[in-house]
Amino acid sequence: MDPLAAIKVTFFQECEEQLAELEAGLLAMEGGDHDPEIVNAVFRAVHSIKGGAGAFSLEELVRFSHVFETALDRIRSGAIEADQEAIKLLLRSADVLADHVRAARDGGTVDVGRSQAMAEALAALADGDGAGAAEEEDTGDGFGDFEFQPVAFDMGETVAEPAPSATTFKVRFYPQAALYQKANESGLLLRELTRLGEVSVELDASGLPMLAELNPEDAYLGWTVSVTGEALTETAVREVFEWVDGDCYLDIIKDGADAQPAPGPDVSVDAMGGEVDVLALIRAAQEAEIAPPPAPVLTASVPEPAKQKEQALDAKAQATAREASPQTIRVDLERVDRLIDLVGELVINQAMLAQRVAECGLQRASSVAVGLDDLEHLTREIQDSVMAIRAQPVKSVFQRFPRLVREIAAMTGKEVRLIMDGENTEVDKTVIERLSDPLTHMIRNAIDHGLESPEDRVAAGKPREGVVRLAALHRSGRIVIEISDDGRGINRARVKQIAVDKGLIAPEANLSDEEIDNLIFMAGFSTAATVSDISGRGVGMDVVRRSIQSLGGRINISSRPGQGSTFTLSLPLTLAVLDGMVVTVAGQTLVAPLTAIIESLQPKAADVKSLGPNAHVIAIRDSHVPLIDIGRSLGYRTVTPPPTEGVALLVEGEGGARAALMVDAIQGQRQVVIKSLEANYRPVPGIAAATILGDGRVALILDIDAVMVPKPLSAGVAASTTPSGTDAARPAPTSDLPLAMAG
Amino acid sequence: MTESNLPQAGERMELISFRIGDQEFCVNIMSVREIRGWTPATPLPQSPGFVKGVINLRGAVLPIVDLAARMGLAMTETSERHVIIVTRIGDQQVGLLVDAVCDIITIGSDAVQQTPDVACETVKTFVKGLLALEGRMISLISLEYVLPELRVEATGAELAA
Amino acid sequence: MTKTILTVDDSRTMRDMLHLALSEAGFRVVQAVDGLDGLDALDAAQADVIITDINMPRMDGFGFIEGVRANEKHRATPILVLTTESDVAKKQRAREAGATGWIVKPFNPEKLIDAIRRVAA
Repeated sequence: MDPLAAIKVTFFQECEEQLAELEAGLLAMEGGDHDPEIVNAVFRAVHSIKGGAGAFSLEELVRFSHVFETALDRIRSGAIEADQEAIKLLLRSADVLADHVRAARDGGTVDVGRSQAMAEALAALADGDGAGAAEEEDTGDGFGDFEFQPVAFDMGETVAEPAPSATTFKVRFYPQAALYQKANESGLLLRELTRLGEVSVELDASGLPMLAELNPEDAYLGWTVSVTGEALTETAVREVFEWVDGDCYLDIIKDGADAQPAPGPDVSVDAMGGEVDVLALIRAAQEAEIAPPPAPVLTASVPEPAKQKEQALDAKAQATAREASPQTIRVDLERVDRLIDLVGELVINQAMLAQRVAECGLQRASSVAVGLDDLEHLTREIQDSVMAIRAQPVKSVFQRFPRLVREIAAMTGKEVRLIMDGENTEVDKTVIERLSDPLTHMIRNAIDHGLESPEDRVAAGKPREGVVRLAALHRSGRIVIEISDDGRGINRARVKQIAVDKGLIAPEANLSDEEIDNLIFMAGFSTAATVSDISGRGVGMDVVRRSIQSLGGRINISSRPGQGSTFTLSLPLTLAVLDGMVVTVAGQTLVAPLTAIIESLQPKAADVKSLGPNAHVIAIRDSHVPLIDIGRSLGYRTVTPPPTEGVALLVEGEGGARAALMVDAIQGQRQVVIKSLEANYRPVPGIAAATILGDGRVALILDIDAVMVPKPLSAGVAASTTPSGTDAARPAPTSDLPLAMAG
Repeated sequence: MTESNLPQAGERMELISFRIGDQEFCVNIMSVREIRGWTPATPLPQSPGFVKGVINLRGAVLPIVDLAARMGLAMTETSERHVIIVTRIGDQQVGLLVDAVCDIITIGSDAVQQTPDVACETVKTFVKGLLALEGRMISLISLEYVLPELRVEATGAELAA
Repeated sequence: MTKTILTVDDSRTMRDMLHLALSEAGFRVVQAVDGLDGLDALDAAQADVIITDINMPRMDGFGFIEGVRANEKHRATPILVLTTESDVAKKQRAREAGATGWIVKPFNPEKLIDAIRRVAA
């Protein structure tokens, strides 16, 4: 890629980061944080965007960010105060800035009216300090030499350039010590002059003291230089000295003009202080103010360097007190994915190798076996490290929500406050990306349907402002994300009625509160009478649940009428590996996630009890848990063997419920690489995913929560056991897969 | 989206033909990724009868469809002599269980005849046309419906209630 | 002998652009992300010229320039300020801190090289 194009890509990536910083900072300010560092950071974010935008000539973006930056500069310098009103304006401006950035990046357009209005509001805010004058501050201490004037415009103005023939300027240049202190070199300056034309130089060493008194850091020399060039202008000559003006005596006379009077610090008005890039000059011209004629005497204003140093040190102390940001590098995601795939293969290979070696009958203590053990440890470590590479804080998903909430609140006329917790909780990147849509949908739902209007809330004795809370945390080896609102909760009567109307449940079905709440996840369910623009579009909670399930996760809802609802998502930490227990059931090899297994035990006949016509329970210590033949649940067999002949795995599901799963035998524990079933097929009830074992065969990974349910998952057919030519399976009551068959 | 399984007018198309029982079929060679011998598949619970299970294809999990069963013929009794044709359908890979691979055929669009009306619905779903070649009748199959409802993560449009 | 330039800017875009312009002109470029980082890199970089931004987190350009000048070895290292700011007071402050020169962004690569030549042999 053309390097400049690559940098442009970088720029837009950086813009996104800056926009995020900007929003975070503004939100902090809105929350009452008065730390000046935050205001500075906010300023820098916009400043940075403007800088880069200028480099790529992104006009609109530069214009808007400039106005924004100006207002922020005023705030950070204390000239104006940032009250809640102002901060709200700044937040909205940040949204518009983001629109500009994206329009610049993707070639779209921005709502011009809104942008214009925002710009005007920002300008008004910036002027609110009553100064009302132009944007740049006037130091007023006579340092007109720093005044910024567009050389391009001044070409004809300052010095009349009579004939474009050879022009000679006589330059008298007497540097002061300060010039050298800033690492300017007379020699280099004089060399610059030689670039302008023919030069003859006269040294004036009359100021040199005796050697003994010579201070090497002081300036004693002066030069008179005659420079002759075609179409040479005074401006060009002066430009050579643009940075040292003020640190030297400089006298430039066109040959033929009257000699200037006695040397004095005569500073010319049109000394430049800046870049000669014309575009930049034009832009800067718009910013700069014309300076009043400078006083002939240079009075140095004391910059209080001591104070500045103090401030710099303070900032440093604060910075180190703050969390030190770790060193990072950017890596192409494809490379990471490839690496993860390779590590996955490595794990499988290592397992296969271990198996083959074991089959060879080598002694456990033989050097080969020991070496293999080491290999396994290493492989595991590599795998952990590689997995960690892809782990990212959920912040990247969460950070778009404040804006979303603002917009939806505005659209629905509700007042909403968003609280976010646990943004630094880390999750595998692949999981994160697929979280965005479901979370967006649920937040929209919460505000649109969950929260009441401000009036209703007040009438109900609640505060006007509704609260939506988004939290992420790790819990028992999984990621848990909660979305809760303090709105009206689920209207159970209505939900039940709708389910009945849509034929999803029987009218006389007796459902618990929780079961009613979870009806909203059923396919074909949608409570919105009108498909609202916000949370409608025919996308229901069933799609959300499917998305979560395809991530290997689970979603639940709990609700309290009048008080609000909470959605709880539970997701695996990483999509890629799992510590599992390999078991045999009805001749099939399955893997049970170790995190769900509490213990394994050999059932004793006395402990196994019947419950009702079909169910069994097993007594474990002082409680009874359901005993489930997963061989039957999965349709591998129709007759359950005696529990005493097998092994029971005591497992615990998401909600804390427990069950004992009957298996024929335990083969061992192994870390397995998770392979998706959905990639090439689709979700299978009772099965979370697949893996490839050491013998190269595919083994299925159990979905513990699904198999824990004591009723059989399906009265239908398993491919291997029933020699049926039918190509339809009766959909299970709990299955949400529409198995529509052709033919 | 599936690649077109029918040659456009004037185009030539390459096909792989294979045998199931005493019938011969063919598919667009562009859909075929590889051909392998039979390996035992891990059965999938709750799956339709024509889904034999899944196998390991170099680290990916590949579902195997018994094409005979899928088309309403008798289910295949698998043996090592059987063949799996690994096909790409949309963005998924699916293995088709067949008896044997026969030939690679190149045809022009004019060679495809319409499927006669005597065919039952099942056939009509899969068979898009017939080829007559050297005295054989070869049914041209479209793979789109081999695995129904592949996409479960639906967009709103698909799941509009 | 190849000259080394230490560039100090918190914007990755700007660092990349500077790197592109300067390395194409034959300079060796060392990058720092803010004032503190710049001071850390100072001795190791052995820069012939320093180019720095003003607005940076942790330590801004002014603090950085003062820090450089306070370092014995770098009292005579030319420091060019490269920034979008053209504010008079800021320029003055930079000068007083010890800056050698001032260039306004967006920069023209040729002018940038010119400016460097003006302060380094």
